[in-house]
Amino acid sequence: MTGPLSGAPFPEAARKALADTQLRRNLARATSTIRAKSAAVVEELPDWAALREAGAAIKDDVLANLDRYLVQLEEQVAVRGGTVHWARDADEANRIVTRLVRRTGETSVVKVKSMATHEIGLNEALAHAGIAAHETDLAELILQLGHDTPSHILVPAIHRNRAEIREIFLREMRGVDPSLTDEPAALAEAARRHLRGQFLSASVAISGANFAVAETGTLAVVESEGNGRMCLTLPRTLITVMGIEKLIPTWRDLEVFLQLLPRSSTGERMNPYTSMWAGAIEGQEFHLVLLDNGRTATLADPRGRFALRCIRCSACLNVCPVYERTGGHAYGSVYPGPIGAVLSPQLTGVAHNTSLPFASSLCGACYDVCPVAIDIPSMLVHLRAEAVEAKGRTPERAAMAAAAWTMADSTRWSRALRSARLGRLLGGRRALPPPLSAWVRSRDLPEPPRHTFRDWWANQR
Amino acid sequence: MRVAVFATCLVDALFPDVGKAVVRLLRRLDQDVEVPLRQTCCGQMHVNSGYPREALPLVRNHVEAFLEYDAIVVPSGSCAAAIRHQHADIAREYGDGVLVEGAELVARHTYELSEFLVDVLGVTDVGAYFPHRVTYHPTCHSLRLLRVGDRPLQLLRQVRGLELAELPDATSCCGFGGTFAIKNADVSTAMLADKMAGVLATRAEVCTACDSSCLMHIGGGLSRLNTGVRTVHLAEILAS
Repeated sequence: MTGPLSGAPFPEAARKALADTQLRRNLARATSTIRAKSAAVVEELPDWAALREAGAAIKDDVLANLDRYLVQLEEQVAVRGGTVHWARDADEANRIVTRLVRRTGETSVVKVKSMATHEIGLNEALAHAGIAAHETDLAELILQLGHDTPSHILVPAIHRNRAEIREIFLREMRGVDPSLTDEPAALAEAARRHLRGQFLSASVAISGANFAVAETGTLAVVESEGNGRMCLTLPRTLITVMGIEKLIPTWRDLEVFLQLLPRSSTGERMNPYTSMWAGAIEGQEFHLVLLDNGRTATLADPRGRFALRCIRCSACLNVCPVYERTGGHAYGSVYPGPIGAVLSPQLTGVAHNTSLPFASSLCGACYDVCPVAIDIPSMLVHLRAEAVEAKGRTPERAAMAAAAWTMADSTRWSRALRSARLGRLLGGRRALPPPLSAWVRSRDLPEPPRHTFRDWWANQR
Repeated sequence: MRVAVFATCLVDALFPDVGKAVVRLLRRLDQDVEVPLRQTCCGQMHVNSGYPREALPLVRNHVEAFLEYDAIVVPSGSCAAAIRHQHADIAREYGDGVLVEGAELVARHTYELSEFLVDVLGVTDVGAYFPHRVTYHPTCHSLRLLRVGDRPLQLLRQVRGLELAELPDATSCCGFGGTFAIKNADVSTAMLADKMAGVLATRAEVCTACDSSCLMHIGGGLSRLNTGVRTVHLAEILAS
């Protein structure tokens, strides 16, 4: 399937990423900049905590009544001249979109930045059908030209610096000025020239959606560049692919999310472009593809479902000490970072990726910044138990069971401590058997004490 | 008030001086402390590694060991957080109603050391003398799960002779994370490298924290690099 997960287990992929010092520099610089910007604009809102609670409550209401709101959305979109399609999984969504594009007779489309279409592998599916999908978001364009994949939800090319971007443009962009510098303004201008032709000639556009209002059938896309707005308004046919959890009940609820999202994501008080549309505008055809692709299965898990509150702001990525060092590709998933570690395994089934729930030190920074209060650390712990179940009988499981048996009883525990002390005296401070040997690769063991604490207490009484 | 010390399995096995320091400190503050020898481990490693069912007998043993005490003092933010935020859930999921009630009661009576000193005993000056340059690393679970805030710093500021040096990027995780340090050893080490750089930048002789586990990780790295910087648990400084 064209699911989000692929490649090596996290520890292995992370090791490769850690060896790339350029990547680590790019990431540390970019995440610390966004982190500081976001913290500053969150701090200035006295009612942030209340907004956050409201955001979580609205999303929980949506999840509890998803069936009702989805039908309401379908009705409202249809009344306003749009057509709604239901896709159970990635393949079905890709088939629907491919069919819709083919019907127009076009062989190329322009795209608004969209995570859902990455999730289902839409570009690849379209290419397979002979349809070229052109990304128009600057970062997505950089990735597409560089034959690369996103490593961040909001800033998909965060792993690239401007010198690398200049090289990609010079190599891949047709008709680019060979004297192009790596000044941000010059790079943006080159992209603008490149994209302008596509906007003016495209007659089909494909987008995702940040929000869909059930009450009014309104879809919303928030962005920083205006490319999205060009795609949403110029072409004759607009196809939007949206995860079913993107719903909000009423128009008024946008008030909450349009405050939470920009402050948490780009660290802006308000995003530069907010496009909203309901149904088809005159002379335009509008199709909305509602995507499940593992979401109802996620919804069925009472502890895992909170991942569906996510509004894809990526604040959790920007504060995550693991993400900051490995980057997004190590997660092997369209959704990287803390939210990816809880969302991706659920969308595909935990058994298909047992290493992601362990890709966290459980430091809790993600939960603190999440604008819809997703308790990611607790969910990771819950998914770890599922991953352990999925793996069945392992040496680790036997060791954990033995440790639990020993530690559940103080007599057994103190006996074990005495024999362990003898063992330590022979082992020194830099030797341990595998898998514990991973500890001493970079860390000495503490000096073995002369007695245990419990022995000291027992003796001094 | 009956006060018990829960030393934690790590302190019991590897850092007995931390447990002794807690006892000495509390006695100096006129507390008649007890160390129930039935105690073993809070089970956090099992829960956080994906073995909640295996943690049940540990939770049960812990609850039974500490049920009768009015205050249980723990020299670990992480273990205190596990007792407060995980035990009742484990009891609810795999145990029984009596255990849930017991776990909730023990959780309410459990205090991380700096919480007990500042909130329950109402002291910040514990009469300590520690003539060294010290930097404080706020451990993630004391910071974000317990919200101990600046309580450890309030205590450190009153220690005679102690020169406090602010740790750059203090709130970022040191990379320990329990079994994370083994399962994702490379990422853990990359995080440790940045934490050690911060510690060394302070020119402190000692790095302190509320958790022996994080200190074992930071101290293990500082020792491997022969930096000469020691890690010392907050309790040991306050008992000096």
